[in-house]
Amino acid sequence: MELRSKIPSGPLEKKWDKHRFEMKLVNPANKRKHTVIVVGSGLAGGAAAATLSELGYNVKCFCFQDSPRRAHSIAAQGGINAAKNYQNDGDSIFRLFYDTIKGGDFRAREGNVYRLAQTSVNIIDQCVAQGVPFAREYGGLLANRSFGGAQVSRTFYARGQTGQQLLLGAYQALEKEVSKGGVTMYPRTEMLDVVIVNGRARGIVVRDMVSGAIETHLADAVILGTGGYGNVFFLSTNAKGSNATAIWRAYKRGAAFANPCFTQIHPTCIPVAGEHQSKLTLMSESLRNDGRVWVPKRKEDCAKAPNAIPEADRDYYLERKYPSFGNLSPRDIASRAAKEVCDEGRGVGPGGRGVYLDFGDAIKRVGVDKIAERYGNLFEMYQRITDENPYEVPMRIYPAVHYTMGGLWVDYNLMSTIPGLHVTGEANFSDHGANRLGASALMQGLADGYFIVPLTIGDYIGSTKLEPVAADHPDVQATEAAVRDRVNKLLAVKGTRTVTSFHRELGRTMWEYCGMARSAEGLRKALEIIPKLRDEFWRDVRIPGTGAELNQSLEHAGRVADFFELAELMCLDALHREESCGGHFRVEHQTPDGEALRDDEHFTYVAAWEFAGEGKPPVLNKEPLVFENVALSQRSYK
Amino acid sequence: MNLTLHVWRQTGPDTNGTMERYEARDVSPDMSFLEMLDVVNEGLVEAGQMPIAFDHDCREGICGSCGMMINGVAHGPSKGTATCQLHMRTFEDGASVYIEPWRSRAFPVIKDLVVNRGALDRIIAAGGFISAQTGGAQDANNIPVAKQDSDDAMDAAACIGCGACVAACPNGSASLFTAAKISHLGALPQGQPERNRRAQRMVLQMDSEGFGHCTLYGECQEACPKEISIDTIARMNRDFVGSTVAAREEKALGGTG
Repeated sequence: MELRSKIPSGPLEKKWDKHRFEMKLVNPANKRKHTVIVVGSGLAGGAAAATLSELGYNVKCFCFQDSPRRAHSIAAQGGINAAKNYQNDGDSIFRLFYDTIKGGDFRAREGNVYRLAQTSVNIIDQCVAQGVPFAREYGGLLANRSFGGAQVSRTFYARGQTGQQLLLGAYQALEKEVSKGGVTMYPRTEMLDVVIVNGRARGIVVRDMVSGAIETHLADAVILGTGGYGNVFFLSTNAKGSNATAIWRAYKRGAAFANPCFTQIHPTCIPVAGEHQSKLTLMSESLRNDGRVWVPKRKEDCAKAPNAIPEADRDYYLERKYPSFGNLSPRDIASRAAKEVCDEGRGVGPGGRGVYLDFGDAIKRVGVDKIAERYGNLFEMYQRITDENPYEVPMRIYPAVHYTMGGLWVDYNLMSTIPGLHVTGEANFSDHGANRLGASALMQGLADGYFIVPLTIGDYIGSTKLEPVAADHPDVQATEAAVRDRVNKLLAVKGTRTVTSFHRELGRTMWEYCGMARSAEGLRKALEIIPKLRDEFWRDVRIPGTGAELNQSLEHAGRVADFFELAELMCLDALHREESCGGHFRVEHQTPDGEALRDDEHFTYVAAWEFAGEGKPPVLNKEPLVFENVALSQRSYK
Repeated sequence: MNLTLHVWRQTGPDTNGTMERYEARDVSPDMSFLEMLDVVNEGLVEAGQMPIAFDHDCREGICGSCGMMINGVAHGPSKGTATCQLHMRTFEDGASVYIEPWRSRAFPVIKDLVVNRGALDRIIAAGGFISAQTGGAQDANNIPVAKQDSDDAMDAAACIGCGACVAACPNGSASLFTAAKISHLGALPQGQPERNRRAQRMVLQMDSEGFGHCTLYGECQEACPKEISIDTIARMNRDFVGSTVAAREEKALGGTG
């Protein structure tokens, strides 16, 4: 497989301009003759669908939720970065670019990341024009806050509901286009395969989740904005429905999967309360602006009430280890530091898996009202879940799986290795390297959705001869038949174990061996356990009911079946990457003081895995990463 | 703790439903309400029965997917709390809990506790937006917005579109939902050009979907997991009446040119 990144030549700051000029255009009158399928209605899908329709394309947008407004982008809390430099604190496009490259531990493409930083400023303008109610100062101008991995205030926010407000902006734009007839919305519809004709993505096969009908939709191009795959771990901050099926099916049809092992463990989540736990809840990173993270210095103090532990007996370990970034160290670093102190036996709360996030000092400094204004809804959420009042008792937090930097490989046009199949947002791999900085997911989703893919789709359609595809084309029929077979196969197992029990077991295995710290030994073990568990799943899973009705067990089973396969690829990728970088921490590769130790000589590349057929090992393709504008260095936040 | 559940079961939109009784054993007070239902469902699957279908996704009170009548109250007993954020510590050991889908003519039942809320999307499509095509925006700080206006907009924009307001309303009105969007966009300078048209179209769409009228019971405000105020309804009514007058004036002024 040939990986052509298609990064334009020339100076970094001119690449996107140059590319935009060189791209083919589609005549406005011809656009309506072209149909584009968008799968997913979050920031990366919904924004693309709305914008493509505004441009004149005929758009079909699919989501598994009952409304496009419920895509998981909605749960992002803290904010969105943009290099506006409204605070006059030294920010610039280049600084946002640099922070993102460095935050990603030098495993992302310079060209893509620079374009992201350039586009960030337009996103804020666009969202304000749509009526997104960002926080403001008394003078009426926009407010900013700081986020991890940056020393400037460049994060725009709407209380603790930034993702919700940005998504509602995109959703409203989408509904505007629905009312004009440019977008047809297919809610409660799940994509189960991509249709490839003559080597090009020409449609998708979906299941209507209400009637169970399997149907094919054909188009000139397909965009997957279907999010990440954190739910492979069962417990994560992802929504329960978030899944990898769309990108996994595309992988099995020939799209390369890049850096699958790059997963982000978010440091500030509410710790696991018990066996019944169905998901984990994130507490926004923005809390670390005012909250101080600590554990007792001595193990013996862990069972004491936190307020009874005097200042001198507390270890503010982030401030101690990383004095210049302190509590705002990047996520991967803060997560590992939490694991470390808990492994030492200094964790707090049930099972000793927790650290304190304390607002005592901040409340003394600025008052309860100010803290309530900044984080009120987060404090409420915490109290509702834990029954503890964080205004009085420090929060307990622990890292949890939150985001996946890996995803389908895409070129500069956001096109996968299948021509015509474009991938946006968390579903692709392109911008965050081995670790994503806080408030950058919303930025990337909207950059891809509003400003990048609507143009590159035009270039693809404008430069490609697309013959009409008939619904009875043998490749279309074969794909649809394969989907039916798979659904029937799942229903025919009629075993004894529930889907959830398999998912939970897979998740436990992944968290243990492919979570915050990974070792060759552990990964090999996982690679033995997972295939066995998968075989058991296909022999013994129990799915009640039929395929011709709303059947939530069937939906879940299809997703878990794909998670099994993806989990194996993640472990394989983690095992092959004999270095530590960003969220990928291999215990064999660390500095004497326990920091991630990269191996730039051997691993400065994107690992793009290619499906080679059932039962065969996937093929590793490498896209070398070239750094012309930044010098590779060991990340230091000290 | 142990609970007795009485759950509405309905196999499809065209079938009749019934209340079925289930025992929920060994429930932890730290479980969320949906986690309790997960456990019951695991038991049902193991016993070879269909699990109770219910909508849910983020389970952190923001996506608006979940929602059910719990002992006759939309989203259950905790104020300002969506079903997924309701915890079992709220219930007494040994209690009976009645669980039903949203009740509204405009929200037909699909299965068990799952209803079709597509009408809410159609209300937004009728006018719940600011027409700002991608790419044409001026610098964000060129539109100063008074902090109070911005805060008012945000208060209304917090709506998660769950439909509890409709389910709680004795008239089955979607006024709080519609008013929240009209208030969010109407409070901002960017929302002014389409303010009249938005109010007209959204209110008429709401009526055409079969929702009832608002007679200010105020039940919606009590049920709203985001505690959106019925002040927004006053704003909607003002904008609707104002826009009706404005539309007449427009007609009177208009000619064939």
